[in-house]
Amino acid sequence: MSDLHSPASTGTAGKATDEAPVLATAGADAPSAPAETRRSFLPQSTLLRHLLVLAASAVLAVALLELSSPYQNSQLATLTYYAIAAGGLTVLTGMNGQISLGHGALMAAGAYTTALFLDAEEPLPLPLILVVAVVVATAIGALVGVAAARLHGPYLAGATLALAVGLPGLAIYFHDIFGGEQGLRVRAPRAPEAFGSFIEAVSGNSASNTKWLAYVGTICLLITYFFLANLVRSRIGRTWRAVRDQEVAAELAGINLGAWRVLAFVVSAAAAGLAGGVLAIVVRLAAPSGFTLVLSLALLTAIVIGGLGSLLGALLGSALLVFLPPFVTDLGGDLGLDQTEAAQLAPFVYGVVLIVAMIFAPAGFVGTIRLRWMTAKAKRASARAAGANGG
Amino acid sequence: MTAFAAATVASTLAACGGGDEGGGGTAAEGGENEASDIGVTEDTITLGAHYPLTGVAAPGYSEIPTGVQAYFDCLNQEGGVYGRDVEFVYKDDAYNPTQTSQVTNELVLEDEIFAMMGGLGTPTHSAVVDFLNAEGVPDLFVASGSLTWGDDPETYPYTFGWQTDYMSEGKIIGEYIAENFPEAKVGLFLQDDDFGEDGEAGIRQYIDDQIVAAERYTPGNTSVGPQIAALQAAGADFVVGFNVPSYTALSQLTALQLGYQPQWFYSNVGSDPTLVGGLLNRFSEGKVADAALLDGALTTGYLPTVDQTDNPWIQEFQRIWDECGGEGELTNYRVYGMAQAYTTTQALQAAGQNPTRDGLVEAIEAVGSEWEGPVFAPFRYSEDSHMGTSGMSIERIVGNGSEVVQDVRVTDIGDAPIEEFDKEPATPPANAIPDEEPYEG
Amino acid sequence: MDYFVNVTLTGLTQGMIYSAFALALVLIWRSTRIVNFAQGSMAAATTFIALALIQAGQSYWVALVVALASGFVLGAIVERVIIRPVEGGPELNAVIVTLGLFVAIQAGIAIVFGSSFQSFPTPFGVRGFEVGGTTIPLTPTSLYVIGSVLLVMALLVALFRFTRIGLAMRASAFSQEVARLLGVKVGGMLTLGWGLAAVVGSLSGLLIAGGTFVWPAYMDALIVFGFVAAIIGGLDSPVGAIVGGLILGLALSYVSGYAPRGSALVNISALVILIVVLLVRPGGLFSSTTARRA
Repeated sequence: MSDLHSPASTGTAGKATDEAPVLATAGADAPSAPAETRRSFLPQSTLLRHLLVLAASAVLAVALLELSSPYQNSQLATLTYYAIAAGGLTVLTGMNGQISLGHGALMAAGAYTTALFLDAEEPLPLPLILVVAVVVATAIGALVGVAAARLHGPYLAGATLALAVGLPGLAIYFHDIFGGEQGLRVRAPRAPEAFGSFIEAVSGNSASNTKWLAYVGTICLLITYFFLANLVRSRIGRTWRAVRDQEVAAELAGINLGAWRVLAFVVSAAAAGLAGGVLAIVVRLAAPSGFTLVLSLALLTAIVIGGLGSLLGALLGSALLVFLPPFVTDLGGDLGLDQTEAAQLAPFVYGVVLIVAMIFAPAGFVGTIRLRWMTAKAKRASARAAGANGG
Repeated sequence: MTAFAAATVASTLAACGGGDEGGGGTAAEGGENEASDIGVTEDTITLGAHYPLTGVAAPGYSEIPTGVQAYFDCLNQEGGVYGRDVEFVYKDDAYNPTQTSQVTNELVLEDEIFAMMGGLGTPTHSAVVDFLNAEGVPDLFVASGSLTWGDDPETYPYTFGWQTDYMSEGKIIGEYIAENFPEAKVGLFLQDDDFGEDGEAGIRQYIDDQIVAAERYTPGNTSVGPQIAALQAAGADFVVGFNVPSYTALSQLTALQLGYQPQWFYSNVGSDPTLVGGLLNRFSEGKVADAALLDGALTTGYLPTVDQTDNPWIQEFQRIWDECGGEGELTNYRVYGMAQAYTTTQALQAAGQNPTRDGLVEAIEAVGSEWEGPVFAPFRYSEDSHMGTSGMSIERIVGNGSEVVQDVRVTDIGDAPIEEFDKEPATPPANAIPDEEPYEG
Repeated sequence: MDYFVNVTLTGLTQGMIYSAFALALVLIWRSTRIVNFAQGSMAAATTFIALALIQAGQSYWVALVVALASGFVLGAIVERVIIRPVEGGPELNAVIVTLGLFVAIQAGIAIVFGSSFQSFPTPFGVRGFEVGGTTIPLTPTSLYVIGSVLLVMALLVALFRFTRIGLAMRASAFSQEVARLLGVKVGGMLTLGWGLAAVVGSLSGLLIAGGTFVWPAYMDALIVFGFVAAIIGGLDSPVGAIVGGLILGLALSYVSGYAPRGSALVNISALVILIVVLLVRPGGLFSSTTARRA
């Protein structure tokens, strides 16, 4: 167990990952406002708990990646970059109540940075490149955050929408640097030899490049969610929720609303930058057509459908984005549609799922389940109370 | 050359394959069909492709796979290739490279295709070209005229282009203008990407001094008013467009508003006269009698088009569409798809009875340049080049049809000269099913 | 000089088209406090209905009336069936529902009508007028667009300012509780608001399509610029929508016409313009009140 945070854990994480930190944050966030009054765990114990969850997730992720097919590996790799960005957006929108339709543009910043640095003759080590991607996206996020801090509701939505459409346009204008419309091709870094022997030892599978990218994504995902989970449980997270839920009270209590909003934007931009970096190496390309408005809207969809404010929800929502379209396309094929019709069916079903989910489960997967669970608990409690009275 | 020697043995065998069995040397003596590589079973070969079936790029392009499918369906009815049915799996990427990468993973890792064929688009296909080559999946006949698909077989040994690349097209257009319109003041209307850049580079080799303006539009912008107005202001009386069909229509409408009437020349990609002409013509139903705005415009061609109803290839493709196609009419997009399917069938036949991925690539390199088919001029396939066809005729649009004003000329990228191509056009074999001999090294 | 006139008029026409779309967004915002992202694909749907009628031999005007009527029905049904359950819930849920609707309707259009390009007729000419021997890019069709948009704006202003229904709609959107206490049938007003907004949206769809060509996603570009125009003007104001659309249309046309490779700068310019406006006035140019609450 304990060896999981050692370098061996390099090869970890995937989808299962979410289970753990997510549950933790979900639990943490759930009580949001009222919970503040309850005595919370000591920070150390939270950290410890999250470390345990991280370790468990890592094990689970390795198991998942080694038991699934190469294609599923590639799907999980896709899942990781959606989930990383959605996790960051959860902080901004879920915790702090700011909407962003422009996180795709911040992912583009991370992706282009990664592509440019990997293109160097002697590229820096990958982790360092990803850090640079995070830094660049963070800087842009800070700028946007400052502008966005005084905007509300649809005005914020409009500004970030324009960001989503506008920023990738720079890549076309400065085509000498960014490759214009056809983008920058990314040479995905090769797996180190240690990775091959690690996989060999764990499962006996062959260590393909697809698998390596899935592991890279998973590691990034685990690290991101670990940080975010701790952040959410900290003073900072509580302040964000206060800014969201009790704006006036928070201001009266001496909290600088603007500064906290900017901070939320910065944190979510950092996650988006990392997600963009992972996207670049998984997709092997950074091109404007990969960062259209569709991407930004997909991220927003993921966090709302999953359950706003919960990292587990962001993960589940991302899974929906990855697994639903091929599922529907295959289903359409089984129903006898030709391949064009089946392809057109996928966005239709996707749209309908969004509508139906919001009508019947407005709190998202995680929120709805939590609600059910708490209702059931309350019922049991009252039943027990009734029983005790009866006795 | 060795190809010929080896082929003689097979040719006698193939000779008896003319009947129902169709092409593909079904006659191959005695040998059993084996599951010789990924995606090949005793009775099927699976091919894959990615197209924009939904979203902004879907109009037009989403018709291509229906043409491919119709061709393979008819081919399979006639016995397929060496008795194997060709199964064609195509997926939607919505012209988004991220999605191209996902569906290509699915095609290669899950559906286990033998080869990719006709993957569409430069940015989209760029996302998967490394992956396909790393996995050793033949990446045939990319549907884009970018130079990337074929000028560097060392880096991308499995990738082959198909249509005339934009630079060669630009050269042929440039030479034509220099010879026939030496006094013209030429304006360029260019898509702001490699398509426009390659075309411009080619054209400037011949008429750099005649060009008075080069205006670029970014795909997605709905207004090209300022660009067309700038060409007008620069005094251009001859405009060459390297643009997609919707921008042909937009540029025509904008010119109409401005009362601007230069001689138009649209590159092949943007010119589909049936589509664009039909689009513009139908305004006449709404009171504007501007029928055939495109009348008189020049364009290039490397394939017969649906308006040429007396062309034997079009007649065959029409028959295939009627027998094996789906709803709708035969369009130039569907002809494009069928022509690609035809070349793919040639490649599969050449790869022999029990094809392997590497064998397929080898066969194309060895004999691909000799294939005849609906495409006017030969492909440039060899060990040193994977570029597609290099020739184009120049046509004038008349009504919804076209007439040839300059016969096919061929060239190559860089400063290769332009030469006339005097071979007779090929006629389609029975059922429009090729009958190539297996290449055996 | 000619060039300047041409670029200006092109921008003006384009700006009016943004305005048309922005008006529909303003109407729905005023009557329900929701930004309807499905506006574009709802308008596209009614445009395709009109196109089907025209192709079946009906006149443009019959098709127009049917499209507007079906727009009203579509808007009312959407409000009753899909929006009602999420009204009063978190703001984001309504956003996601309209996004879902946007995607589903657009896919539905492709399934029903196919995804190829189709030309859409206009009842007026598409050749520019001649002024002093030169042709300017102002056509009978663009006059028709400009006139229609201004007329709709005037009707909306009159509706909200001078009629009881308009007042009731504003009240319902502003505070459902208070409106209810005052005897306003809030539910009906919300449905009416959506229906009317969808009519305006349908009209904008038809105006944009006229004299050019359509495909299922043809409204996509306008969703962004129309929304930006509405925000620049201040989401509350029909006049603001017109001004916002014109500012955006003209500015983008100048960028596209005068900056080197300007076409590539159009999207980023929209962002810059929006940010500048919002930094100066966070509620848009025509925001009436200073109160801003989330």
